[in-house]
Amino acid sequence: MKKFSLLSTRAGAVFLAPAAALVGVFVIIPFFWVIVVSFTNRTLLGRTAVDPDFVGLQNYFTLFNPATFFTRGQFGFSLILTVQFVIFSALIGQALLGLILAWLSQSVSPTLKNFLQTAVIAAWILPEVVIGFAWFAFLDYDNGTLNMIMRSLGLPPGDWLLQQPFWVIVIFNTWRGAAFSMMLFNSAFQSIPPSYFQAADVAGASSWQKLRDIALPLIRGHVVTDLILITMWTFNVFTPFLLTNGGPSYRTELLSIYTYRVAFKDFEFGRGAAVGVVIMLINLAFALIYLQIAKKKKAEAE
Amino acid sequence: MQISRSIYMRRAIFSVAASLVGVVFALPLVWFIFAPFNARAELGLAIPSPFTLSNFVTVFQNSFAMHALLNSLIQAFGGVILVGGAATLAAYALSRSSIPGKRAVTYILLLFSSVVSGSAAMVPIFLIISAIGLIDTHLAVILVFAGGLLPTAMFILRDFIDAIPKSYEESAMVAGASPIQTFFDVALPVIRPGIVVVVVWAFVNIWGSFLIPFILLRKDTLMPASVAIYSFYSEAGTPIVTLLAAYSLIYSLPVIVLYLFVNWKFGFRFFGGIKS
Repeated sequence: MKKFSLLSTRAGAVFLAPAAALVGVFVIIPFFWVIVVSFTNRTLLGRTAVDPDFVGLQNYFTLFNPATFFTRGQFGFSLILTVQFVIFSALIGQALLGLILAWLSQSVSPTLKNFLQTAVIAAWILPEVVIGFAWFAFLDYDNGTLNMIMRSLGLPPGDWLLQQPFWVIVIFNTWRGAAFSMMLFNSAFQSIPPSYFQAADVAGASSWQKLRDIALPLIRGHVVTDLILITMWTFNVFTPFLLTNGGPSYRTELLSIYTYRVAFKDFEFGRGAAVGVVIMLINLAFALIYLQIAKKKKAEAE
Repeated sequence: MQISRSIYMRRAIFSVAASLVGVVFALPLVWFIFAPFNARAELGLAIPSPFTLSNFVTVFQNSFAMHALLNSLIQAFGGVILVGGAATLAAYALSRSSIPGKRAVTYILLLFSSVVSGSAAMVPIFLIISAIGLIDTHLAVILVFAGGLLPTAMFILRDFIDAIPKSYEESAMVAGASPIQTFFDVALPVIRPGIVVVVVWAFVNIWGSFLIPFILLRKDTLMPASVAIYSFYSEAGTPIVTLLAAYSLIYSLPVIVLYLFVNWKFGFRFFGGIKS
Protein backbone atom coordinates (compact mmCIF):
# COMPACT_ATOMS: atom_id res chain seq x y z
CA MET A 1 0.00 0.00 0.00
CA LYS A 2 1.26 3.41 -0.89
CA LYS A 3 2.07 5.67 2.02
CA PHE A 4 -0.90 7.92 2.50
CA SER A 5 -0.65 11.28 4.20
CA LEU A 6 -3.60 13.02 5.75
CA LEU A 7 -2.53 16.49 4.82
CA SER A 8 -1.36 17.52 1.36
CA THR A 9 1.92 19.35 1.12
CA ARG A 10 0.15 22.57 0.28
CA ALA A 11 -2.28 22.34 3.20
CA GLY A 12 0.66 21.46 5.43
CA ALA A 13 2.48 24.59 4.31
CA VAL A 14 -0.57 26.71 5.12
CA PHE A 15 -0.80 25.12 8.57
CA LEU A 16 2.87 25.82 9.18
CA ALA A 17 2.80 29.43 7.98
CA PRO A 18 1.75 31.31 11.16
CA ALA A 19 4.29 29.51 13.32
CA ALA A 20 6.98 29.91 10.67
CA ALA A 21 6.34 33.67 10.48
CA LEU A 22 6.51 34.17 14.24
CA VAL A 23 9.55 31.99 14.78
CA GLY A 24 11.21 33.49 11.74
CA VAL A 25 10.82 37.10 12.84
CA PHE A 26 11.43 36.68 16.56
CA VAL A 27 13.91 33.80 16.77
CA ILE A 28 15.74 33.30 13.49
CA ILE A 29 16.13 36.91 12.37
CA PRO A 30 17.42 37.97 15.82
CA PHE A 31 20.05 35.24 15.53
CA PHE A 32 21.47 36.81 12.39
CA TRP A 33 20.76 40.40 13.31
CA VAL A 34 22.69 40.21 16.55
CA ILE A 35 25.73 39.15 14.53
CA VAL A 36 25.31 42.10 12.15
CA VAL A 37 24.82 44.61 14.96
CA SER A 38 27.89 43.29 16.76
CA PHE A 39 30.03 44.60 13.89
CA THR A 40 28.68 48.16 14.28
CA ASN A 41 28.90 50.94 16.82
CA ARG A 42 25.14 51.19 17.08
CA THR A 43 23.84 53.03 20.17
CA LEU A 44 20.39 53.74 21.55
CA LEU A 45 20.65 57.51 21.25
CA GLY A 46 22.53 60.02 19.13
CA ARG A 47 23.77 59.88 15.56
CA THR A 48 24.89 56.27 15.65
CA ALA A 49 21.38 55.18 16.66
CA VAL A 50 20.06 55.87 13.16
CA ASP A 51 23.25 55.66 11.16
CA PRO A 52 25.68 53.25 12.80
CA ASP A 53 29.16 52.73 11.32
CA PHE A 54 30.66 49.39 10.46
CA VAL A 55 33.50 48.88 12.90
CA GLY A 56 34.58 45.35 12.07
CA LEU A 57 35.79 43.37 15.02
CA GLN A 58 36.31 46.38 17.26
CA ASN A 59 33.58 45.40 19.72
CA TYR A 60 35.16 41.99 20.09
CA PHE A 61 38.61 43.50 20.60
CA THR A 62 37.14 45.67 23.35
CA LEU A 63 35.56 42.65 25.02
CA PHE A 64 38.71 40.57 24.83
CA ASN A 65 41.14 43.40 25.54
CA PRO A 66 43.70 41.71 27.84
CA ALA A 67 44.38 44.94 29.76
CA THR A 68 40.85 45.12 31.17
CA PHE A 69 39.64 41.57 30.62
CA PHE A 70 39.70 40.49 34.26
CA THR A 71 38.62 43.82 35.73
CA ARG A 72 35.39 43.85 37.66
CA GLY A 73 32.52 45.09 35.53
CA GLN A 74 34.25 43.97 32.34
CA PHE A 75 33.38 41.13 29.98
CA GLY A 76 36.03 38.68 31.11
CA PHE A 77 35.11 39.08 34.76
CA SER A 78 31.45 38.36 33.95
CA LEU A 79 32.35 35.40 31.76
CA ILE A 80 34.47 33.77 34.46
CA LEU A 81 31.88 34.61 37.09
CA THR A 82 29.19 32.96 34.96
CA VAL A 83 31.29 29.83 34.49
CA GLN A 84 31.81 29.59 38.26
CA PHE A 85 28.11 30.23 38.76
CA VAL A 86 27.22 27.38 36.41
CA ILE A 87 29.68 24.98 38.03
CA PHE A 88 28.58 25.66 41.59
CA SER A 89 24.87 26.31 41.25
CA ALA A 90 23.95 23.97 38.38
CA LEU A 91 26.46 21.16 38.00
CA ILE A 92 27.13 20.76 41.71
CA GLY A 93 24.16 22.43 43.37
CA GLN A 94 21.08 21.59 41.33
CA ALA A 95 22.21 18.24 39.96
CA LEU A 96 23.52 16.85 43.23
CA LEU A 97 20.66 18.24 45.28
CA GLY A 98 18.15 17.01 42.73
CA LEU A 99 19.67 13.54 42.92
CA ILE A 100 19.55 13.54 46.72
CA LEU A 101 15.98 14.84 46.71
CA ALA A 102 14.82 12.20 44.26
CA TRP A 103 16.58 9.45 46.20
CA LEU A 104 15.10 10.64 49.49
CA SER A 105 11.62 10.81 47.93
CA GLN A 106 11.96 7.16 46.97
CA SER A 107 12.40 5.94 50.49
CA VAL A 108 10.03 7.99 52.65
CA SER A 109 6.30 7.85 53.32
CA PRO A 110 3.95 9.35 50.72
CA THR A 111 2.96 12.22 53.04
CA LEU A 112 6.54 13.24 53.61
CA LYS A 113 7.31 12.83 49.93
CA ASN A 114 4.43 15.16 49.09
CA PHE A 115 5.63 17.79 51.54
CA LEU A 116 9.19 17.61 50.25
CA GLN A 117 8.23 17.78 46.59
CA THR A 118 5.73 20.58 47.15
CA ALA A 119 8.35 22.75 48.85
CA VAL A 120 10.89 22.08 46.10
CA ILE A 121 8.43 22.60 43.24
CA ALA A 122 7.03 25.79 44.81
CA ALA A 123 10.52 27.28 44.62
CA TRP A 124 10.56 26.44 40.94
CA ILE A 125 7.12 27.44 39.67
CA LEU A 126 6.47 30.72 41.49
CA PRO A 127 7.14 33.81 39.35
CA GLU A 128 10.75 34.95 39.48
CA VAL A 129 9.92 38.44 40.72
CA VAL A 130 8.03 37.02 43.69
CA ILE A 131 10.95 34.72 44.44
CA GLY A 132 13.35 37.66 44.19
CA PHE A 133 11.27 39.66 46.65
CA ALA A 134 10.90 36.67 49.01
CA TRP A 135 14.68 36.29 49.16
CA PHE A 136 15.14 40.01 49.56
CA ALA A 137 12.99 39.74 52.71
CA PHE A 138 14.59 36.44 53.76
CA LEU A 139 18.10 37.93 53.68
CA ASP A 140 17.29 41.31 55.23
CA TYR A 141 19.95 42.18 57.82
CA ASP A 142 17.72 43.51 60.61
CA ASN A 143 14.59 41.39 60.37
CA GLY A 144 15.12 38.70 57.75
CA THR A 145 14.19 35.11 58.55
CA LEU A 146 17.74 33.85 57.99
CA ASN A 147 19.33 36.23 60.47
CA MET A 148 16.51 35.57 62.91
CA ILE A 149 17.48 31.90 62.81
CA MET A 150 21.19 32.72 63.07
CA ARG A 151 20.59 34.87 66.15
CA SER A 152 18.37 32.28 67.82
CA LEU A 153 21.13 29.71 67.32
CA GLY A 154 23.64 32.10 68.86
CA LEU A 155 25.45 32.64 65.56
CA PRO A 156 26.46 36.06 64.25
CA PRO A 157 24.01 37.49 61.70
CA GLY A 158 25.33 38.51 58.30
CA ASP A 159 24.58 41.13 55.70
CA TRP A 160 24.65 38.37 53.11
CA LEU A 161 23.90 40.40 50.00
CA LEU A 162 26.87 42.68 50.77
CA GLN A 163 29.31 40.21 52.25
CA GLN A 164 28.77 37.06 50.18
CA PRO A 165 26.84 38.15 47.07
CA PHE A 166 28.28 35.43 44.84
CA TRP A 167 27.43 32.59 47.21
CA VAL A 168 24.01 34.10 47.75
CA ILE A 169 23.15 33.85 44.06
CA VAL A 170 24.71 30.38 43.87
CA ILE A 171 22.51 29.10 46.70
CA PHE A 172 19.57 31.08 45.38
CA ASN A 173 19.83 29.47 41.95
CA THR A 174 20.42 26.00 43.40
CA TRP A 175 17.28 26.39 45.49
CA ARG A 176 15.29 27.83 42.61
CA GLY A 177 16.17 25.19 40.04
CA ALA A 178 16.66 21.93 41.96
CA ALA A 179 13.08 20.88 41.17
CA PHE A 180 13.88 20.17 37.54
CA SER A 181 16.72 17.78 38.33
CA MET A 182 14.66 16.19 41.09
CA MET A 183 11.74 15.47 38.76
CA LEU A 184 14.01 14.20 36.02
CA PHE A 185 15.75 11.82 38.43
CA ASN A 186 12.39 10.86 39.92
CA SER A 187 11.19 9.57 36.60
CA ALA A 188 14.58 8.02 35.92
CA PHE A 189 14.46 6.04 39.16
CA GLN A 190 10.92 4.95 38.41
CA SER A 191 12.07 3.46 35.13
CA ILE A 192 14.29 0.99 37.01
CA PRO A 193 12.54 -2.36 37.65
CA PRO A 194 11.82 -2.65 41.40
CA SER A 195 13.08 -6.24 41.37
CA TYR A 196 16.67 -4.93 41.04
CA PHE A 197 16.36 -3.14 44.37
CA GLN A 198 14.52 -6.02 46.01
CA ALA A 199 17.33 -8.36 45.06
CA ALA A 200 19.82 -5.92 46.57
CA ASP A 201 17.71 -5.68 49.73
CA VAL A 202 17.79 -9.42 50.12
CA ALA A 203 21.56 -9.31 49.76
CA GLY A 204 21.61 -6.69 52.52
CA ALA A 205 22.87 -3.77 50.46
CA SER A 206 22.86 -0.32 52.03
CA SER A 207 20.99 2.58 50.44
CA TRP A 208 24.26 4.13 49.33
CA GLN A 209 25.35 0.89 47.68
CA LYS A 210 22.05 0.64 45.86
CA LEU A 211 22.39 4.18 44.61
CA ARG A 212 26.01 3.77 43.55
CA ASP A 213 25.95 0.28 42.11
CA ILE A 214 22.43 -0.10 40.74
CA ALA A 215 20.67 3.21 40.20
CA LEU A 216 23.45 5.52 39.00
CA PRO A 217 24.84 3.23 36.28
CA LEU A 218 21.32 2.69 34.94
CA ILE A 219 20.39 6.37 34.77
CA ARG A 220 23.67 7.62 33.31
CA GLY A 221 21.83 8.89 30.22
CA HIS A 222 19.43 10.93 32.35
CA VAL A 223 22.32 12.42 34.28
CA VAL A 224 24.01 13.62 31.10
CA THR A 225 20.74 15.09 29.78
CA ASP A 226 20.16 16.83 33.09
CA LEU A 227 23.66 18.30 33.26
CA ILE A 228 23.49 19.72 29.75
CA LEU A 229 20.02 21.21 30.14
CA ILE A 230 20.64 22.87 33.50
CA THR A 231 24.00 24.16 32.29
CA MET A 232 22.33 25.88 29.34
CA TRP A 233 19.55 27.36 31.45
CA THR A 234 21.82 28.51 34.24
CA PHE A 235 24.23 30.02 31.76
CA ASN A 236 21.43 32.23 30.40
CA VAL A 237 19.54 32.94 33.59
CA PHE A 238 18.61 36.55 34.40
CA THR A 239 16.77 35.97 37.70
CA PRO A 240 19.67 36.87 40.06
CA PHE A 241 19.29 40.42 38.73
CA LEU A 242 16.04 40.60 40.69
CA LEU A 243 17.91 39.91 43.90
CA THR A 244 21.20 41.76 43.49
CA ASN A 245 20.93 43.99 40.41
CA GLY A 246 24.33 42.63 39.45
CA GLY A 247 25.96 44.30 42.43
CA PRO A 248 27.41 45.18 44.81
CA SER A 249 30.08 46.67 42.54
CA TYR A 250 29.53 44.11 39.73
CA ARG A 251 30.27 41.12 41.96
CA THR A 252 27.18 39.23 40.77
CA GLU A 253 27.11 40.57 37.24
CA LEU A 254 26.51 37.41 35.22
CA LEU A 255 26.87 37.59 31.44
CA SER A 256 23.11 38.06 30.94
CA ILE A 257 23.11 40.97 33.40
CA TYR A 258 26.28 42.38 31.83
CA THR A 259 24.61 42.34 28.41
CA TYR A 260 21.62 44.15 29.83
CA ARG A 261 23.77 46.82 31.45
CA VAL A 262 25.95 47.44 28.41
CA ALA A 263 23.00 47.59 26.01
CA PHE A 264 20.24 49.21 28.04
CA LYS A 265 22.05 51.21 30.73
CA ASP A 266 25.15 52.31 28.81
CA PHE A 267 23.16 52.23 25.53
CA GLU A 268 25.97 50.54 23.60
CA PHE A 269 24.04 48.15 21.41
CA GLY A 270 27.03 47.16 19.31
CA ARG A 271 29.00 45.93 22.29
CA GLY A 272 25.89 44.36 23.87
CA ALA A 273 25.28 42.49 20.63
CA ALA A 274 28.86 41.22 20.61
CA VAL A 275 28.31 39.76 24.09
CA GLY A 276 25.09 38.22 22.77
CA VAL A 277 27.04 36.54 19.98
CA VAL A 278 29.51 35.04 22.45
CA ILE A 279 26.61 33.76 24.57
CA MET A 280 24.98 32.24 21.49
CA LEU A 281 28.20 30.49 20.46
CA ILE A 282 28.48 28.89 23.88
CA ASN A 283 24.78 27.94 23.77
CA LEU A 284 25.33 26.48 20.32
CA ALA A 285 28.12 24.23 21.54
CA PHE A 286 25.93 22.83 24.33
CA ALA A 287 22.86 22.51 22.10
CA LEU A 288 24.81 20.54 19.49
CA ILE A 289 26.12 18.15 22.12
CA TYR A 290 22.62 17.75 23.51
CA LEU A 291 20.96 17.11 20.14
CA GLN A 292 23.71 14.67 19.22
CA ILE A 293 23.08 12.67 22.37
CA ALA A 294 19.29 12.86 21.94
CA LYS A 295 19.62 11.62 18.37
CA LYS A 296 21.82 8.73 19.43
CA LYS A 297 19.36 7.80 22.15
CA LYS A 298 16.48 7.84 19.69
CA ALA A 299 18.41 5.71 17.24
CA GLU A 300 19.10 3.18 19.98
CA ALA A 301 15.43 3.13 20.94
CA GLU A 302 14.26 2.47 17.41
CA MET B 1 14.61 -9.62 62.80
CA GLN B 2 17.98 -7.98 62.48
CA ILE B 3 17.32 -6.99 58.88
CA SER B 4 13.88 -5.57 59.48
CA ARG B 5 15.20 -3.45 62.33
CA SER B 6 17.98 -1.97 60.21
CA ILE B 7 15.45 -1.23 57.49
CA TYR B 8 13.32 0.51 60.06
CA MET B 9 16.31 2.57 61.23
CA ARG B 10 17.14 3.49 57.68
CA ARG B 11 13.58 4.63 57.08
CA ALA B 12 13.71 6.80 60.16
CA ILE B 13 16.99 8.42 59.12
CA PHE B 14 15.65 9.07 55.63
CA SER B 15 12.45 10.54 57.03
CA VAL B 16 14.34 12.93 59.30
CA ALA B 17 16.62 13.95 56.44
CA ALA B 18 13.68 14.49 54.09
CA SER B 19 11.80 16.60 56.65
CA LEU B 20 14.89 18.73 57.30
CA VAL B 21 15.52 19.34 53.61
CA GLY B 22 11.85 20.12 53.06
CA VAL B 23 11.85 22.65 55.89
CA VAL B 24 15.05 24.31 54.63
CA PHE B 25 13.50 24.56 51.18
CA ALA B 26 10.33 26.09 52.55
CA LEU B 27 12.13 28.63 54.79
CA PRO B 28 12.54 31.48 52.28
CA LEU B 29 8.83 31.21 51.49
CA VAL B 30 7.44 30.92 55.02
CA TRP B 31 7.46 34.68 55.41
CA PHE B 32 5.12 34.82 52.40
CA ILE B 33 2.50 32.70 54.08
CA PHE B 34 2.05 35.21 56.90
CA ALA B 35 3.03 38.70 55.68
CA PRO B 36 0.09 39.19 53.28
CA PHE B 37 -2.34 38.74 56.18
CA ASN B 38 -0.49 40.98 58.60
CA ALA B 39 -1.46 44.66 58.59
CA ARG B 40 1.88 45.54 60.21
CA ALA B 41 4.07 43.22 58.17
CA GLU B 42 7.74 44.01 57.92
CA LEU B 43 10.58 42.01 56.43
CA GLY B 44 10.74 39.96 59.61
CA LEU B 45 8.84 36.75 60.16
CA ALA B 46 5.84 37.31 62.41
CA ILE B 47 2.54 35.57 62.99
CA PRO B 48 -0.15 38.14 62.25
CA SER B 49 -2.35 39.08 65.17
CA PRO B 50 -5.04 39.40 64.13
CA PHE B 51 -5.15 37.78 60.69
CA THR B 52 -6.55 40.43 58.40
CA LEU B 53 -7.33 40.99 54.75
CA SER B 54 -6.70 44.72 54.95
CA ASN B 55 -3.53 44.44 52.84
CA PHE B 56 -5.59 43.00 50.03
CA VAL B 57 -8.04 45.88 50.31
CA THR B 58 -5.09 48.27 49.94
CA VAL B 59 -4.00 46.43 46.79
CA PHE B 60 -7.50 46.51 45.30
CA GLN B 61 -7.60 50.26 45.88
CA ASN B 62 -4.23 50.82 44.23
CA SER B 63 -5.13 51.46 40.60
CA PHE B 64 -1.54 51.15 39.33
CA ALA B 65 -1.15 47.72 40.89
CA MET B 66 -4.51 46.51 39.61
CA HIS B 67 -3.82 47.87 36.16
CA ALA B 68 -0.53 45.97 36.08
CA LEU B 69 -2.40 42.74 36.79
CA LEU B 70 -4.74 43.52 33.91
CA ASN B 71 -1.71 44.13 31.67
CA SER B 72 -0.27 40.77 32.69
CA LEU B 73 -3.57 39.16 31.76
CA ILE B 74 -3.70 40.86 28.36
CA GLN B 75 -0.14 39.88 27.52
CA ALA B 76 -0.47 36.32 28.78
CA PHE B 77 -3.80 35.71 27.02
CA GLY B 78 -2.57 37.26 23.79
CA GLY B 79 0.58 35.18 23.85
CA VAL B 80 -1.27 32.00 24.78
CA ILE B 81 -3.77 32.35 21.96
CA LEU B 82 -0.99 32.83 19.42
CA VAL B 83 1.17 30.02 20.80
CA GLY B 84 -1.73 27.60 21.17
CA GLY B 85 -3.19 28.29 17.75
CA ALA B 86 -0.01 28.45 15.72
CA ALA B 87 1.62 25.53 17.52
CA THR B 88 -1.39 23.25 17.04
CA LEU B 89 -1.60 23.96 13.33
CA ALA B 90 2.14 23.59 12.83
CA ALA B 91 2.46 20.45 14.93
CA TYR B 92 -0.42 18.86 13.03
CA ALA B 93 1.29 19.66 9.76
CA LEU B 94 4.62 18.29 11.01
CA SER B 95 2.93 15.10 12.13
CA ARG B 96 0.40 14.44 9.37
CA SER B 97 1.63 15.99 6.14
CA SER B 98 4.36 14.81 3.85
CA ILE B 99 6.22 18.10 3.62
CA PRO B 100 9.79 17.36 2.60
CA GLY B 101 12.46 18.05 5.20
CA LYS B 102 10.22 17.76 8.26
CA ARG B 103 12.99 16.23 10.30
CA ALA B 104 15.42 18.97 9.36
CA VAL B 105 12.84 21.63 10.25
CA THR B 106 12.35 20.14 13.69
CA TYR B 107 16.08 19.84 14.28
CA ILE B 108 16.77 23.42 13.23
CA LEU B 109 13.88 24.70 15.33
CA LEU B 110 15.18 22.99 18.43
CA LEU B 111 18.67 24.24 17.79
CA PHE B 112 17.62 27.87 17.27
CA SER B 113 15.23 27.92 20.18
CA SER B 114 17.91 26.81 22.61
CA VAL B 115 20.63 29.03 21.16
CA VAL B 116 18.63 32.27 20.89
CA SER B 117 17.95 32.88 24.58
CA GLY B 118 16.49 36.05 26.03
CA SER B 119 19.87 37.14 27.34
CA ALA B 120 21.62 36.62 24.01
CA ALA B 121 18.90 38.16 21.87
CA MET B 122 17.71 41.10 23.93
CA VAL B 123 19.50 43.61 21.68
CA PRO B 124 18.18 42.38 18.31
CA ILE B 125 14.70 41.77 19.72
CA PHE B 126 14.60 45.34 20.96
CA LEU B 127 15.86 46.60 17.59
CA ILE B 128 13.35 44.53 15.59
CA ILE B 129 10.48 45.69 17.77
CA SER B 130 11.66 49.31 17.36
CA ALA B 131 12.02 48.86 13.62
CA ILE B 132 8.41 47.74 13.24
CA GLY B 133 7.29 50.53 15.56
CA LEU B 134 5.92 48.36 18.35
CA ILE B 135 7.98 49.58 21.31
CA ASP B 136 5.66 50.32 24.22
CA THR B 137 2.77 48.16 23.05
CA HIS B 138 1.21 44.99 24.42
CA LEU B 139 1.57 43.48 20.98
CA ALA B 140 5.38 43.69 21.21
CA VAL B 141 5.46 41.53 24.32
CA ILE B 142 2.86 39.12 22.92
CA LEU B 143 4.68 38.59 19.62
CA VAL B 144 8.11 38.13 21.16
CA PHE B 145 6.83 35.54 23.63
CA ALA B 146 4.87 33.76 20.91
CA GLY B 147 7.99 33.46 18.76
CA GLY B 148 10.15 32.36 21.66
CA LEU B 149 7.78 29.75 23.07
CA LEU B 150 6.56 28.31 19.77
CA PRO B 151 9.42 25.93 18.99
CA THR B 152 9.08 24.05 22.28
CA ALA B 153 5.27 24.15 22.09
CA MET B 154 5.36 22.70 18.57
CA PHE B 155 7.75 20.03 19.64
CA ILE B 156 5.61 18.91 22.58
CA LEU B 157 2.44 18.89 20.48
CA ARG B 158 4.04 17.07 17.58
CA ASP B 159 5.09 14.26 19.90
CA PHE B 160 1.58 14.23 21.29
CA ILE B 161 -0.05 14.03 17.85
CA ASP B 162 2.44 11.42 16.64
CA ALA B 163 1.23 9.17 19.44
CA ILE B 164 -2.41 9.36 18.30
CA PRO B 165 -3.50 6.71 15.79
CA LYS B 166 -4.43 8.09 12.40
CA SER B 167 -7.41 5.79 11.92
CA TYR B 168 -10.11 8.27 13.02
CA GLU B 169 -8.90 10.91 10.65
CA GLU B 170 -8.49 8.37 7.86
CA SER B 171 -12.03 7.11 8.21
CA ALA B 172 -13.32 10.68 8.20
CA MET B 173 -11.42 11.32 4.97
CA VAL B 174 -12.74 8.11 3.45
CA ALA B 175 -16.24 9.25 4.39
CA GLY B 176 -15.58 12.36 2.32
CA ALA B 177 -14.51 14.99 4.85
CA SER B 178 -12.13 17.68 3.65
CA PRO B 179 -8.73 18.00 5.36
CA ILE B 180 -9.96 21.16 7.11
CA GLN B 181 -13.09 19.41 8.40
CA THR B 182 -11.03 16.44 9.47
CA PHE B 183 -8.69 18.68 11.39
CA PHE B 184 -11.37 20.66 13.20
CA ASP B 185 -13.99 17.99 13.80
CA VAL B 186 -11.96 14.82 14.21
CA ALA B 187 -8.36 15.59 15.11
CA LEU B 188 -8.82 18.67 17.30
CA PRO B 189 -11.00 17.03 19.97
CA VAL B 190 -8.42 14.26 20.34
CA ILE B 191 -5.48 16.68 20.53
CA ARG B 192 -7.20 18.90 23.09
CA PRO B 193 -5.44 17.54 26.22
CA GLY B 194 -2.08 18.23 24.57
CA ILE B 195 -3.18 21.76 23.72
CA VAL B 196 -4.26 22.32 27.32
CA VAL B 197 -0.81 21.34 28.57
CA VAL B 198 0.93 23.64 26.09
CA VAL B 199 -1.41 26.53 26.83
CA VAL B 200 -0.94 26.23 30.58
CA TRP B 201 2.81 26.02 30.15
CA ALA B 202 2.87 29.09 27.88
CA PHE B 203 0.62 31.05 30.24
CA VAL B 204 2.82 30.36 33.26
CA ASN B 205 5.91 31.31 31.28
CA ILE B 206 4.55 34.63 30.05
CA TRP B 207 2.81 35.47 33.32
CA GLY B 208 5.99 35.06 35.32
CA SER B 209 8.49 36.61 32.92
CA PHE B 210 10.35 39.75 33.72
CA LEU B 211 13.12 40.49 31.20
CA ILE B 212 11.12 40.85 27.97
CA PRO B 213 8.48 43.32 29.23
CA PHE B 214 11.22 45.06 31.22
CA ILE B 215 13.18 45.97 28.08
CA LEU B 216 10.26 46.43 25.67
CA LEU B 217 7.97 48.61 27.77
CA ARG B 218 8.66 52.07 29.14
CA LYS B 219 5.19 53.39 29.93
CA ASP B 220 3.85 52.72 33.43
CA THR B 221 0.40 52.10 32.02
CA LEU B 222 1.57 49.02 30.09
CA MET B 223 3.72 47.35 32.72
CA PRO B 224 2.75 43.82 33.71
CA ALA B 225 2.70 42.84 37.37
CA SER B 226 6.21 41.35 37.26
CA VAL B 227 7.80 44.68 36.33
CA ALA B 228 5.47 46.57 38.68
CA ILE B 229 6.50 44.47 41.69
CA TYR B 230 10.15 44.93 40.84
CA SER B 231 9.77 48.70 40.63
CA PHE B 232 7.88 48.68 43.93
CA TYR B 233 10.68 47.12 45.90
CA SER B 234 13.79 48.15 44.04
CA GLU B 235 13.33 51.79 43.19
CA ALA B 236 10.71 53.31 45.44
CA GLY B 237 13.03 53.85 48.42
CA THR B 238 11.66 51.87 51.34
CA PRO B 239 9.33 49.22 49.97
CA ILE B 240 5.74 49.19 51.23
CA VAL B 241 5.99 45.66 52.50
CA THR B 242 2.32 45.12 53.34
CA LEU B 243 1.19 46.06 49.86
CA LEU B 244 3.97 44.10 48.18
CA ALA B 245 3.33 40.91 50.13
CA ALA B 246 -0.39 40.86 49.38
CA TYR B 247 0.20 41.87 45.79
CA SER B 248 2.81 39.14 45.26
CA LEU B 249 0.39 36.56 46.59
CA ILE B 250 -2.40 37.70 44.26
CA TYR B 251 0.04 37.70 41.38
CA SER B 252 1.22 34.17 42.22
CA LEU B 253 -2.29 32.80 42.56
CA PRO B 254 -2.92 31.93 38.87
CA VAL B 255 0.35 29.99 38.76
CA ILE B 256 -0.54 28.05 41.90
CA VAL B 257 -4.06 27.32 40.66
CA LEU B 258 -2.80 26.16 37.28
CA TYR B 259 -0.21 23.94 38.92
CA LEU B 260 -2.88 22.32 41.08
CA PHE B 261 -5.11 21.93 38.03
CA VAL B 262 -2.43 20.24 35.94
CA ASN B 263 -1.40 18.10 38.88
CA TRP B 264 -4.97 16.96 39.42
CA LYS B 265 -5.81 16.45 35.77
CA PHE B 266 -2.66 14.98 34.32
CA GLY B 267 -0.26 14.37 37.15
CA PHE B 268 2.61 16.83 37.10
CA ARG B 269 5.14 15.48 34.68
CA PHE B 270 7.18 17.26 32.15
CA PHE B 271 7.73 17.01 28.48
CA GLY B 272 11.25 17.47 27.19
CA GLY B 273 12.65 20.91 27.88
CA ILE B 274 9.39 22.30 29.08
CA LYS B 275 10.79 25.12 31.13
CA SER B 276 12.56 27.81 29.14
